[in-house]
Amino acid sequence: MNFIDSNILTIVTFLPLAGAILLAFFPRRDRDIRYFALAVSLITLLASLHLPWHFVRGNSGFQFEENIPWIPHPNIHYHLGVDGISLWLVVLTTFLMPLCVLISWKGIHDRVKEFFILMLVLETAMIGVFISLDLFLFYFFWEATLIPMALIIGIFGHGRRIYAAVKFFLYTMVASVFMLAAILWLYARTGSFDFVTIQNLVQSGQVAGFAQAALWLFLGFFVAFAVKVPLFPVHTWLPDAHVEAPTAGSVLLAGVLLKMGTYGLLRFNLGLFPDQARRNAPWIIALAIIGIVYGALVAMIQPNIKRLVAYTSVSHLGFVVLGIFSFTQIGVDGAVYQMLNHGVSTGALFMLLGMIYDRRHTYDMSEYGGLATPMPVYATFFAFIMLSSVGLPLLNGFIGEFMVLSGAFLAKQLYGILAATGVIWSACYLMWMYQRVFYGNVTNPANAALTDLDARERVSLWPLAIAALVMGVAPMLWLHSIDPSVVAMLKQFSGATQASVPTATHVTQALLQVIGR
Amino acid sequence: MIPAVDYVRILPELVLTVFGIIVMMVDPLIPEQGSKKPLGAIALVGTIAGLAATVYQAGYYGSAFYNTIRVDTFSVFFHFVVLLIALVVSLTSFEYLEVQRIRSGEYYGLLLFGTVGMMLMSSAVELVLVFIALEISSISTYILAGMRRRVAESAEASLKYFLLGSFATAFFLYGVAMIYGTTGTTNVYGIAHFLQTLHSTLAYLAVALMFVGLGFKVAAAPFHVWTPDVYEGSPAPVVAFMSTGPKAAAFAMLLRVLFATDAPGWFWMVWVAAALSMTLGNIGALVQQNVKRLLAYSSIAHAGYLLVAFAAAQQVGISAAIFYTASYAAMNVGAFAVVSHVASAGEKYVTLDDYAGLGRRSPMLAAILTIFLLSLIGIPVTGGFFAKFYVFSAALQANLIGLVIIGVINSAIAAYYYLRIIIYMYMRDERTDAPVARVPVSLGVGLAMCLIATVYLGVLPGRVLGYALESAHDLLK
Repeated sequence: MNFIDSNILTIVTFLPLAGAILLAFFPRRDRDIRYFALAVSLITLLASLHLPWHFVRGNSGFQFEENIPWIPHPNIHYHLGVDGISLWLVVLTTFLMPLCVLISWKGIHDRVKEFFILMLVLETAMIGVFISLDLFLFYFFWEATLIPMALIIGIFGHGRRIYAAVKFFLYTMVASVFMLAAILWLYARTGSFDFVTIQNLVQSGQVAGFAQAALWLFLGFFVAFAVKVPLFPVHTWLPDAHVEAPTAGSVLLAGVLLKMGTYGLLRFNLGLFPDQARRNAPWIIALAIIGIVYGALVAMIQPNIKRLVAYTSVSHLGFVVLGIFSFTQIGVDGAVYQMLNHGVSTGALFMLLGMIYDRRHTYDMSEYGGLATPMPVYATFFAFIMLSSVGLPLLNGFIGEFMVLSGAFLAKQLYGILAATGVIWSACYLMWMYQRVFYGNVTNPANAALTDLDARERVSLWPLAIAALVMGVAPMLWLHSIDPSVVAMLKQFSGATQASVPTATHVTQALLQVIGR
Repeated sequence: MIPAVDYVRILPELVLTVFGIIVMMVDPLIPEQGSKKPLGAIALVGTIAGLAATVYQAGYYGSAFYNTIRVDTFSVFFHFVVLLIALVVSLTSFEYLEVQRIRSGEYYGLLLFGTVGMMLMSSAVELVLVFIALEISSISTYILAGMRRRVAESAEASLKYFLLGSFATAFFLYGVAMIYGTTGTTNVYGIAHFLQTLHSTLAYLAVALMFVGLGFKVAAAPFHVWTPDVYEGSPAPVVAFMSTGPKAAAFAMLLRVLFATDAPGWFWMVWVAAALSMTLGNIGALVQQNVKRLLAYSSIAHAGYLLVAFAAAQQVGISAAIFYTASYAAMNVGAFAVVSHVASAGEKYVTLDDYAGLGRRSPMLAAILTIFLLSLIGIPVTGGFFAKFYVFSAALQANLIGLVIIGVINSAIAAYYYLRIIIYMYMRDERTDAPVARVPVSLGVGLAMCLIATVYLGVLPGRVLGYALESAHDLLK
């Protein structure tokens, strides 16, 4: 391997951090700081594009691996690598980051330097979570995302920001302690933190006492991830955090941080404890379906637009969990795809909400009405993104939801039927919201003279709109690399169900024939 | 005839004593209203010379003075820790003494003498010498605690510390007497030899009494009651000193007394003290408004985490304890250095409200304090994280599930009150009437040292941990 291939992950991960350190020594000229942050995030994006460019498709294992001993005792390695599942999550992170910088251009005018330092540190931590193959390193980055995000909410947020920041911090912190306990148990029995090593040892049954402890270990990981996702009973931090966070904070929270939870479920709960995952799937799926329906119903009655979108996350992430625990190839493929979709669509929704907040400083739906008249471009973008979130065919949300639901049907028809109602609900609450905010006459005189989107705002929305369209039309670009890793992961599960499942390729090709030609 | 090499084995102590005497002698030469900074400079040179002496000493492992002193990796490690603490504290004191108008030259002398006592505590293997060392360090800190002469709280702190401290030392001495009565020796390794074959109830009692004495010094519950009052009243740099230096030294001593002698019956004492310290310390800290008191309770809690490592015992546990001592020293001295600067004249600004908006008034200082606080919570990339990590994994290996659960719950509680300081600094409205002076160079250097140490231990703990393991190995030999 050449130098770039063998170091690209380190470069991508630590570029933002290096930028943040440089930024700390910058004079307080806000303009320069913004441009510098934008430049750093763009360079990181470019560097990260090396990954899909040189990724060997069809290879299910980890690529671009880096593995050097870090601390001799305990035996911790600096082990990085991506497979088809984590590859696109890294790119999603680096893709959203420049847009977040752009969206904060004017919204953040106080303590600009601190804000961008925190954002860049957060980027490093988020990328680190997705590419760590050493459990210790993973935990390290996992915890490291916490501080910058809590500070972003707490310092730059709105009214009840302190409450939201503390709630976010404590929920995640307390839950991840259980994961740490499980990691330490695994280390004590295997003498390694290495994900691949532990996986092999577990599969070959060489870990003493594993059978007795497996349930508790599974739950230890599960609690940490379930809070992050967030799954139904532990989702209450999410609406608060979203409503109070600044726009860029919400975008990253919904776009990336929640995916850390679903990614963790897939990588660790399924990867390390397949038997326990199988055994516990029914109640987890039940929670996921409750989340889908409950999130949608609560979203429907929210008077606050941002809170509404926050609850849609509960609902949409329920789909992802459902897909993961369907244990079918198409379901899990769809779940991974839906993670990316949600990052794009909901990220864009939060950005749109931020734009209107910059103008009117309220998220109260009753303050708005008839916005399509003064802001036609804004209304168009909003409609487009909303439809992608609802799951309109030809846009990205449809592919993900369709695959997840197919997987759910294959697993058990009841799951599919119940979850499918979520699609209807999401159309209801988003359309209804859209109607109330954009259609009709301008009732509030404050809205009459609103200016439409300026060039900067359009530039920050176009990439997401294009991504939503391309992902809806040509999903195979992504699924080609996702699928082999998913297949490899599902090998641990019983082979019988596999045979009856058509491959994702078949289904999506059929899909394309229906919608395309 | 004492061989010359014996003097090398107490070289750092000798160097610091000499410098301490020089400080005392130069003091009268400085006019009464003049700045005492030159004395600080002498103390600084003294600690640096002490560090050099320690490096030199590391080539001469072995026993000295009829087996009363033992220089090994363990003692050298603690010499380093204590000397670095003294170095940073004297850097912090430069400006503090000026601002508070404390014109006492003996301050630096006492600092050096106290350090001598602490270093001796880590290398003494003879209980009588241990006692003398303990007294040297204690008496210096008693006086230092009362340095803010015009303030009643400071006198209260000094007196309280002195009375309770003497009481505790008496317990320790009583224990030493009993162990001598049982085994006929006061040499740690001699005692170990006896206790291998001999079982007596008196030995249990002796160990318990010694534990009481040392438990007081490290502020472990249930012997912690003095801590908040003393920390609140004492000058802030002195608190930085006494919450880390004597603690590190006393822990070193406790390690020697408990493990080198293979003392009987220590396990449940340590277990209970650990659980109590963590719980009482953290719960006490939750309701504090005064930052110094808050950090006092936090230091009780940290003594608890350290004792968890003790309970885990043997090489892994001891090395975890050693590592914890070092990283705790770095982050706590740093935190108190910031507190002493923010406090300003008369230590006016020490409540949480005074920290409101510090992130805006002094972004750099707030950022640095944040890192120390995060380290105290135990967030990755800081020394505090690995310290906790090693402690809990050692405890897990020793199957102390109960203690680990108590410890983990406590860590979660602790996150809340450290976080509160951060919240005040960044998220509350600014307090404009509490100005923050520019950070002087000396303090800047001190803070940078603590910061580098904290981050270094959090990113590359391998080397220090390796050294700690070696020390633990040496200790148990």
